[in-house]
Amino acid sequence: MTDIPSGSVARTTMDMVRGSLSRRHRKQFILQALGITAISLAFLMLFILLASLISTGHKAFTQTEITLEVFIDPEEISAERLPRGNFDDVLAAALAADLPSVDPNDRAAMRVVGGILSNGAQFQLRDRVVADPSLIGQTIALSVPVSDPYDQLRKGLLDRETPESLRRLDDTQIAFYDRLIEIGAITSSLNTGLLTNADSRFPELAGLKGAIMGSFWALLTCFLISFPLGIGAAIYLEEFAPKNKLSDFIEVNINNLAAVPSVVFGLLALAVFIGWFGMPRSAPLVGGMTLALMTMPTIIIATRAALKAVPPSIREAALGVGASKQQVVFGHVVPLAMPGILTGTIIGLAQALGETAPLLLIGMNAFITSAPATPFDSATALPTQIFIWADSPERGFVSRTSAAILVLLSFLIMMNAIATYLRSKFERKW
Amino acid sequence: MLYLKLTASACAVAAISTTAAFAQSRDAIRIVGSSTVFPYTQAVAEQFANNTGAPSPVVESTGTGGGMQIFCGGIGESHADITGASRAMKASEFELCQQNGVTDITEALIGFDGLSLAISRENDFDWNLTLGEVYLALGAQVPVNGEWVDNPYTKWSEINPDLPETEILAYGPPPTSGTRDAFVELAMHAGCEELDYVANGGFDGDWVEENCSRMRTDGPFVEAGENDNLIVQRIEADPNAMGIFGYSFLYENMDKLKGVQIEGVEPSIETIADKSYPVSRPLYFYIKNAHRGVIPNLDAFIEEYMSDDALASGGYLSERGLVPLAEDRMQTLQGNVLNGQSMEAPAG
Repeated sequence: MTDIPSGSVARTTMDMVRGSLSRRHRKQFILQALGITAISLAFLMLFILLASLISTGHKAFTQTEITLEVFIDPEEISAERLPRGNFDDVLAAALAADLPSVDPNDRAAMRVVGGILSNGAQFQLRDRVVADPSLIGQTIALSVPVSDPYDQLRKGLLDRETPESLRRLDDTQIAFYDRLIEIGAITSSLNTGLLTNADSRFPELAGLKGAIMGSFWALLTCFLISFPLGIGAAIYLEEFAPKNKLSDFIEVNINNLAAVPSVVFGLLALAVFIGWFGMPRSAPLVGGMTLALMTMPTIIIATRAALKAVPPSIREAALGVGASKQQVVFGHVVPLAMPGILTGTIIGLAQALGETAPLLLIGMNAFITSAPATPFDSATALPTQIFIWADSPERGFVSRTSAAILVLLSFLIMMNAIATYLRSKFERKW
Repeated sequence: MLYLKLTASACAVAAISTTAAFAQSRDAIRIVGSSTVFPYTQAVAEQFANNTGAPSPVVESTGTGGGMQIFCGGIGESHADITGASRAMKASEFELCQQNGVTDITEALIGFDGLSLAISRENDFDWNLTLGEVYLALGAQVPVNGEWVDNPYTKWSEINPDLPETEILAYGPPPTSGTRDAFVELAMHAGCEELDYVANGGFDGDWVEENCSRMRTDGPFVEAGENDNLIVQRIEADPNAMGIFGYSFLYENMDKLKGVQIEGVEPSIETIADKSYPVSRPLYFYIKNAHRGVIPNLDAFIEEYMSDDALASGGYLSERGLVPLAEDRMQTLQGNVLNGQSMEAPAG
């Protein structure tokens, strides 16, 4: 019976284990439940965000257009005076032909009729006539956007039940609209202008081309500066630098730089690039340089991590067959680390694409009605364009703001997808 | 070290090409300034670019004060040509301009903007407040029984028994906004002076400025950020909340919001133009005359801004909510601006 004491000890341990079993199961269950709740909440938030963006934004992806048979009256538009001419009167006359209730000599009524068309319609007609002056005297078919209130009416954002005095369109204007619907002149088409037009004061004409080009130039500049500098710094620090207090100090500082709020970089750029160097305000070049300051620490950290992940055996083998340090690094280590470096770079650039605060400070939130042709031209970027539209009083910009956010999100998703693809395709498992 | 050499030469090339680019002359007009003048300048800029085919002007909304800093920074291509302002240039700003060589400035008063106090249309009450009541509702300190104390009012009915028994709640712009400056000056100071305690107490303008400039911070007044659209959305959602913003935002949202009458006058283009609506402010822009004839198209742009098409009543700026000047004042203005008349130093 010598084993009784040990048996009793074993029993008590087993009892303790058994006794606590339900409690431990319960804890496990609670932990899992909390985890699932956290994930569901996160998904719910994401869903709410996307649902609200899509529910308001999808309306901006279509545009109400009106098809007109326009007689280009030589009395109003003469070949000698081009590009000047009464294009708006010509358009109003074409529209009035479809509206029998309007007297073409009543100037006030004709102004109301002309107001159905977007302000851009006359310029669209002008550009066509300037390109081909032989059109004068002929009748051409033209499809032009309608002005914002009518667009809102078709999209159901303007309520016909509202008392007349409070509506943007009165009963006569709605009657015009209904008549145009009846004869099939009003159609709805995919709003390609959202991507191909630059910014405008008129929601129906406003597009993202200027912002997309601005973001493109800024990101290109950012990439050209931060990629070589970031990789160079990382390779030196990781492979060549002596391990001493100085390199530790530099490392700590780089890690800190990655966490500095972006607005600080904006202020720095405002003082140094624009103040000292006299670079132009609002230029994507300056924007790209500012973003490069922010992206560089991210690239350095990602590159160093990728270099560290290359197994020492590769280095040792290369050194063993007589390769120089430089040959080891550039011939073996860097190529093997490249997928990781590129992933880090793309994620850094995606961050830079969504960055707003530093761009506001260097004036990339200006209103410009043409897209930049070079990085030196003034431009906006996607996030700052969203900022401008969100602050515009016209109703049509509400849906355009959401649409612009969706465009920005799709660019970000695309960049992240490329990064994920690169990683899964080229990453080596050791 | 081939790599380092490559990097270094790339940097050098980049540096040379950028300096070359700065040496090029600027062909687009640069405009900065007030966010209130911004929509009007935008409209002119777009019309101008469309009509003439000239490079589109770069219009940036920096706020009145920020715009003055940039505008008065100096003469030359790296400095803005025009700045918009929702108040007249201050003496200190004029000084700054003079110091930096910007001595020849033309001032243009383009029209007026009303500041509206608005409420959702779902609110049934027919709101009509005096400026004194506005002050009592929103001022940080108010007189109660002859004492100057922290604002105790939480319901409108406590200020005037004829007003509804609902919580006072108003969304307004933050102190950095020109709209806030204008509201404090035009509504709060005027309202403060209206109160019996101040009117009979023999307090002067300095006292009013010192004691009546602060909005209350205990809840009923909420700073809603520079984005006026956010304020519009907030008050659409809450029928008892008021919002303070420029008239153009009320004008665009007339189907959902109504203006609160001030001293019995409803905000509208007519009442702001004839000054019967008390809370309205002038809008200006300032032109750097040294840049005229140097920056291409600047003169043509100013002509477009000064044209009847833009400025006159029924012009495209009034369609956006600008309250135009009277006919004779407008003609004087057009003459002065087109001739580049230099402004005098502002008083004070």
